Amino acid sequence: MDTATTEASAKPPHWVSYPRFLMRAISAATDGSFLFYAWMTGLTAVFLVGANAWAHQVTSGMIYTHMTDHVSWGLYIANFTFLVGVAAGGVMMVIPAYLYNDRKMQDVVILGELLAIAAIISCLMFVIADLGRPDRFWHMMPPIGRFNFPFSMLTWDVIVLNGYLLINLHVVGYLLYTRFLGKTPNPRWYKPFVLLSIAWAISIHTVTAFLYSGLGGRPLWNSALLAPRFLASAFVSGPAFIILTMLVLRRFGGLRLPVQPMDTLMKIMRVTILINLLMLISELFTEFYAGGAHTSSARYLFFGHGEANALVPWIWTAIVFNVVAAVLIMRPTLIRHTGMLATICVLAFMGSWIEKGMGLIVPGFVPSPLHEYVEYLPSNLEWRLAAGVIAFGLLVYSASIKVAIPIMRGEMRFEQETSTK
Amino acid sequence: MTDKAKGISRRRVIKGLGATLGAAAFGAALSPLFQGGFMSAKELMQRHYKELSPEDKKEVLERLQADAKETFGRDVTIADPRPRPKTKFVYAINLSLCNGSGKCVEACHKENNHDRITKQSYIRVLEMPKGTMDMERGNTTYNHTVPAKDKFYMPVQCQQCDEPPCVDVCPVQATWKEKDGIVVVDYNWCIGCRYCMAACPYHARRFNWKKPYIPPEDINPNQGYLSNRVRQQGVVEKCHYCLHRTREGRLPACLEACPTGARVFGNFLDPKSSVRWVFENKRVYVLKEELGTKPSFFYFFDK
Repeated sequence: MDTATTEASAKPPHWVSYPRFLMRAISAATDGSFLFYAWMTGLTAVFLVGANAWAHQVTSGMIYTHMTDHVSWGLYIANFTFLVGVAAGGVMMVIPAYLYNDRKMQDVVILGELLAIAAIISCLMFVIADLGRPDRFWHMMPPIGRFNFPFSMLTWDVIVLNGYLLINLHVVGYLLYTRFLGKTPNPRWYKPFVLLSIAWAISIHTVTAFLYSGLGGRPLWNSALLAPRFLASAFVSGPAFIILTMLVLRRFGGLRLPVQPMDTLMKIMRVTILINLLMLISELFTEFYAGGAHTSSARYLFFGHGEANALVPWIWTAIVFNVVAAVLIMRPTLIRHTGMLATICVLAFMGSWIEKGMGLIVPGFVPSPLHEYVEYLPSNLEWRLAAGVIAFGLLVYSASIKVAIPIMRGEMRFEQETSTK
Repeated sequence: MTDKAKGISRRRVIKGLGATLGAAAFGAALSPLFQGGFMSAKELMQRHYKELSPEDKKEVLERLQADAKETFGRDVTIADPRPRPKTKFVYAINLSLCNGSGKCVEACHKENNHDRITKQSYIRVLEMPKGTMDMERGNTTYNHTVPAKDKFYMPVQCQQCDEPPCVDVCPVQATWKEKDGIVVVDYNWCIGCRYCMAACPYHARRFNWKKPYIPPEDINPNQGYLSNRVRQQGVVEKCHYCLHRTREGRLPACLEACPTGARVFGNFLDPKSSVRWVFENKRVYVLKEELGTKPSFFYFFDK
């Protein structure tokens, strides 16, 4: 028995160790405290509600959404846009960890990579949710469909989003599997991909901004500042979400995570939140000082147009959240006040969610190119479907963290597995 | 050891139960998908219009005709007229004559088998105060006797741009510009992402938010594959200059319905065509020229 174990741990063939790695991962992802079960069951329930909403939408058509020929994109594309930013925001851990060799950050960088994976999966689900004919999805797959590359920015987005997903799956999968085997990861197999992922993270949000800024007929979006703005707000919302994750893991998961990475992320946010506000102000100055017909979307968004003012409360909420977060985050001793830090992160995250989603996608359509004011607020079905997709993303994120942490800490190993049997 | 083993196996049983319950609930949640029956494999796997051989196309048209018969109980002809050689269709509207009656809107609605409930049409008419060309001051929902004092009327439909932004953005090439200048949609290839609707500066595109409803007796049975056949749920559609008529030498339905003669349509490459005469003898303009879309559609005043 003992000799067999030593031999196996010395060099287990991959066809033995890899399936066992997966089995152990599934087992770890579904084991936990009562709180963990409650959290996962709740998310599953919300996801099922969303799946049901989607099934209804596919069957009856998108008539039960509140989208119209005037406002032809709504909550789904708003969330898609925002979550691309969250996925790109994870790179703000990767850069200090690998470019500046911050050891403490390297210990927790996997949280950012896992967030990227979960967020991209949600993004792709939101795109599918928005399709009128999801059964024809294969028309977009290069060999069998007709992929309008390089003309359509949407095809670029398909490539960069799936590419980013694959790169992160590879890095995370490789690191976790080698740690599981008790080996030291070989930099040759992950360093190049980590460096690629940094450039790639920038590309996903740039291309997503180009989807909108390339449209000459939509003055609100047709701005060169859109891509930089997207990146700045991504580097607010991504770090904010990761700080929240760490606080939750410390508070409810009983994990003793180092403070230093959280401090680094907070310092990054202090800068990016101001850059984001600066660009917003520049955009608004250009819109409102010059005036004219091209600014009617911005006027509608901030001040309404006669009776049509559905988005006014949304955008002012976002402005207040962003400004309050920007002021409070300047507090020098903030890192010791976790309650306030959490509040700031929630404000910054929600502020950016509104600003980039309902506050950017929807007003792009109001007024229409023929200057008709048709308003949009999401329907019940759209809220349910969107909640389901976000719940699925959180499920993926929670389960993968549940697997990653014990492996990264060396608590879950192939040898331990064999020796307990 | 045994206690621990028991604990693990009990946990396994509970997990198995949970997984089974979850899978069952997932199936139940998705059950609406399976209520309406399934589409045929032929429909699901149909190739892009440009990849259909003449035999494929014949088969597709026959299948669509049979589907129409089954759904509406009507015999319809779905043809596929191709562009005529040396033809470039261009439309012009005389804004001095248009009186805002909306007859073109109505004719389009009927000719193109639009959804009856939403009163869909490819044309919108803007009522504009005299003294401005700013569309921001227009109104599309006027409801009074026309023409109103100090107003003029501007119908807008697809401008069949020579540089169509909608065609560029389509991720699957489901929409393209044909040789005679008409921008068409393959309703059987469109995935319904609606990016083209965001890209169009003229609000020319419509989406089928649900299956269009038309009483069988109201269906126009003279149909084209790329034009007025009854659309499917979840796809985008647009004005196609009535290609099932115009490619056969007839005029668009909106032109025939116009009570004032404000509409002029024809082959721009024919030096004797009326649209060419207007272009050469009147002062004309195109909508949103600054966007560089190069419309095959222009407007003019003649008094």
